[in-house]
Amino acid sequence: MKLASSAIAVALAAISFGAQAQQITGAGSSFAAPIYGKWAEAASAPTGIKLNYQSIGSGAGINQINNRTVDFGASDMPVKADDLKAHNLLQFPTAIGGVVMAVNLPGIEANQIKLTGEILAEIYLGKITKWNDPKLVELNHGVNLPNLAIAPVYRADGSGTTFVFTDYLSMIDPNWKTAVGSSTSVKWPVGNGAKGSEGVAATVHQVKGGIGYVESAYAFQNHLVTTQLRNKAGNFVTPTMEAFSAAASSADWSAVQNFAIDLNDEPGAASWPIESATFVLLPTDAKEPAQSKAVTKLFDWSFSNGNKIATDLLYVPLPVAVQNAIRAAWAAQIKG
Amino acid sequence: MLTRAAGLFVLVLLGAIIVSLFIGGLPAFRHFGLGFIFETDWDPVQENYGALVPVYGTLITSVIALLVAVPLAFGCAFFLTELAPNWLRAPLGTAIELLAAVPSIIYGMWGFFIIVPLMGNYVQPFLIDNLGDLPGIGFLFQGPAFGTGIFTSAFILAVMILPFIAATMRDVFLTVPPMFKESAYGLGCTTWEVVRSIVLPYTRASVIGGIMLGLGRALGETMAVTFVIGNTNRISTSLFGPGNTIASIVALEFPEAPGGSLKLSSLLALGFLLFVISFIVLAISRMLLGTKGQK
Amino acid sequence: MSTTTTASLPIQKSHKIAESLSKRRARVNLIAKSLCFLATGIAVVLLLAILGTLLYLGGSGIHWSVFTNITKPPGSGGGLLNAIVGSLIQTVLGVLIGTPVGLLVGTFLAEYARTSWLGNVVRFVSDVLLSAPSILIGLFIYQLLVAPFGGFSGVAGVAALAVIVIPIVVRTTEDMLTLIPTALREAAVALGAPKWKAIVLICYRAALNGIATGVLLAIARVAGETAPLLFTSLGNLNWSTALNEPMSSLPVTIYQYAGSPFEDWVQLAWVGALLITFGVLFINILARVVLRQRG
Repeated sequence: MKLASSAIAVALAAISFGAQAQQITGAGSSFAAPIYGKWAEAASAPTGIKLNYQSIGSGAGINQINNRTVDFGASDMPVKADDLKAHNLLQFPTAIGGVVMAVNLPGIEANQIKLTGEILAEIYLGKITKWNDPKLVELNHGVNLPNLAIAPVYRADGSGTTFVFTDYLSMIDPNWKTAVGSSTSVKWPVGNGAKGSEGVAATVHQVKGGIGYVESAYAFQNHLVTTQLRNKAGNFVTPTMEAFSAAASSADWSAVQNFAIDLNDEPGAASWPIESATFVLLPTDAKEPAQSKAVTKLFDWSFSNGNKIATDLLYVPLPVAVQNAIRAAWAAQIKG
Repeated sequence: MLTRAAGLFVLVLLGAIIVSLFIGGLPAFRHFGLGFIFETDWDPVQENYGALVPVYGTLITSVIALLVAVPLAFGCAFFLTELAPNWLRAPLGTAIELLAAVPSIIYGMWGFFIIVPLMGNYVQPFLIDNLGDLPGIGFLFQGPAFGTGIFTSAFILAVMILPFIAATMRDVFLTVPPMFKESAYGLGCTTWEVVRSIVLPYTRASVIGGIMLGLGRALGETMAVTFVIGNTNRISTSLFGPGNTIASIVALEFPEAPGGSLKLSSLLALGFLLFVISFIVLAISRMLLGTKGQK
Repeated sequence: MSTTTTASLPIQKSHKIAESLSKRRARVNLIAKSLCFLATGIAVVLLLAILGTLLYLGGSGIHWSVFTNITKPPGSGGGLLNAIVGSLIQTVLGVLIGTPVGLLVGTFLAEYARTSWLGNVVRFVSDVLLSAPSILIGLFIYQLLVAPFGGFSGVAGVAALAVIVIPIVVRTTEDMLTLIPTALREAAVALGAPKWKAIVLICYRAALNGIATGVLLAIARVAGETAPLLFTSLGNLNWSTALNEPMSSLPVTIYQYAGSPFEDWVQLAWVGALLITFGVLFINILARVVLRQRG
């Protein structure tokens, strides 16, 4: 009893209402969580802003900012112009990253296997079911592909990574587009779901013949067995920072509204084919404009000082011109 | 009448939870009609949602969990009441009850990081190789050995409900008047015969009630199942195939279901169905446990 | 058992039959006993396996920095301080709010409405709440306290936990009060004490240990809850004890870290799992000790 009452006393002494420092709350994309965490850590001293970022998934990020339960939402899937207008949101990208394929095949090393978007679509549609399928063998001369069932793995939680991957498959394969489509969660014809990138990686690691898609930073962090992919130019590329940067730099930002760029299947000889920007959604009609202002301050600092942090974590920083365009959008739309 | 007000408050609280789920789910029920319950499609892109897959997953994992847990729980209760030396009864009983205290997220992590690899590397390949080709039941043991899936979830659920069932069984076994048992022993009955012919018939209703309580637990378990079920909105005949339960689909998809959308409504409708199922199970268990008192 | 057949057989033969029958019975008995022993063994091994996993994977990460540092981005040497404090605040407040309500309802059921219609309904409803999936309670509080007020908050987390506490306290309070002999109440009333005085001064005092046990069990249960906090208190990476802001908690932090790509985060998740499980088990054992002091 004594223990309980002293615990109560401690708890009551500790709690309070009202924030101490200026704290902003953001939620959404788990893909962006590491970089936002690192940026906020470095920015907290110079800007005096503390960020509480919770990775609850891109779909959830959009949802929570629509409900105005957080100061900003974060999503790897750009929001449609109509929806932005309906919910009074300003959308801007913050960083770029690739999505890579991880496989588990006996005796196969990283980037030894070559794959194409067409083949990935057929695998995830359940049309190609064996690793020694003629189509795969033809692409991979000299690689000893086993007679093993392909076990496709996907993200079970609503995920921006799923959007990027299914959006890529929809671009490549019209069958995919009509049968499945692209979203943060879709109706998968075959395969096994896993929770989070960790779940996908662990399941692929677990099952012989497994294949799954994960964010590049995640694959490198965990030394997964990745694959080559064929890009729009017809070249097979390995997933490296150079390939990600190449795709990012070949994008035409001026052609899109609301920065809603799609970086999948970009032209360019060295471009990595599956790639996405990650976006922040900021209310233009915030009840507390100071909070929105603080969000822009944090990302302003990060754009100016955070490129090194981004590349260390294997994200591609935005082109300077885009960063400046974003600053202009803030100045026009975010008051306070 | 402060206490009466508190009683009514609990009544209103549960009522509010159920009503809010029902109202939230109403658009889905309206849009899909009764077919919602029998529809297997769950397609977020086409906005077509049905409840059958998660309902099936919820029931099948819970039932398999019972099939695993009940014999184990019975063994534990039998051992604790009839066989174990007196000094061992309390610590062993506590140890088994502590299984119930482990938070469900810990079961999820343990299941995902420890049990799933064990299942995927040893148990499932072994069963697939040896039972997969049997006529009649072979289809239950086919497919790739992901390690996750219906069977693994059922196993984790079995471990989680084992202590509830074992504790109820032990408690009701102890209510058997010693005179009955002593008389049977006096006639020369073995321990097993006493349990089978005296203890079990005497406590049957309560034992089943206890099992239903365990079932109630298994139906609503969220975190542990979400980690290991494979989260797939398809019905697979294989025990090793992936699936989804109502609780796991709500946990995974609620956060990204936009307010006012058909998806959110379908998820809330699922929550309502889950309440209906647990209501039925609990009502049955109360009925059975209640009959004990009148004896 | 089969006396009539024995009587009609020659003595020699009946001896043989009886002997083989008794051997068979002994064998069945032995098998049954061994299986029960095995079942108990499995249950204990499962508990040890879980605890062993936690000690093995979490133990190596225990360091002062876990308790002195708050959560930080991967690679920055973060700890769990804000999560631990957040969990303590929400658990303690949740129990503080839920307990009085549960106590009143339990008293209502045991003292005022033992057999009345309303009593039975409230009792049933409270049992439904007890086994209600905690994620649905989280959804309910989200609709009630998060969405309308424009933000996740510690208050919402506390409310969700309080809802879970109520039925646990109701159950133990009612059970314990029912055990108090009626003679005790009659004695008090005979001395001229009003009923509420008899309950507060006599019954509560006599049932104190049992009620304390219920509260401890409630603490143990909600300390490990993840699902109801996901959509209520959300989580907070920074040091914050403000109840109107999102608040960190151990289970939610574990949930996010266990699924992250970073080794140091996964390690912290196991440390958190170790802390929370052993904390919860300690409270459970404490509860048992308190209960045993009754005698």
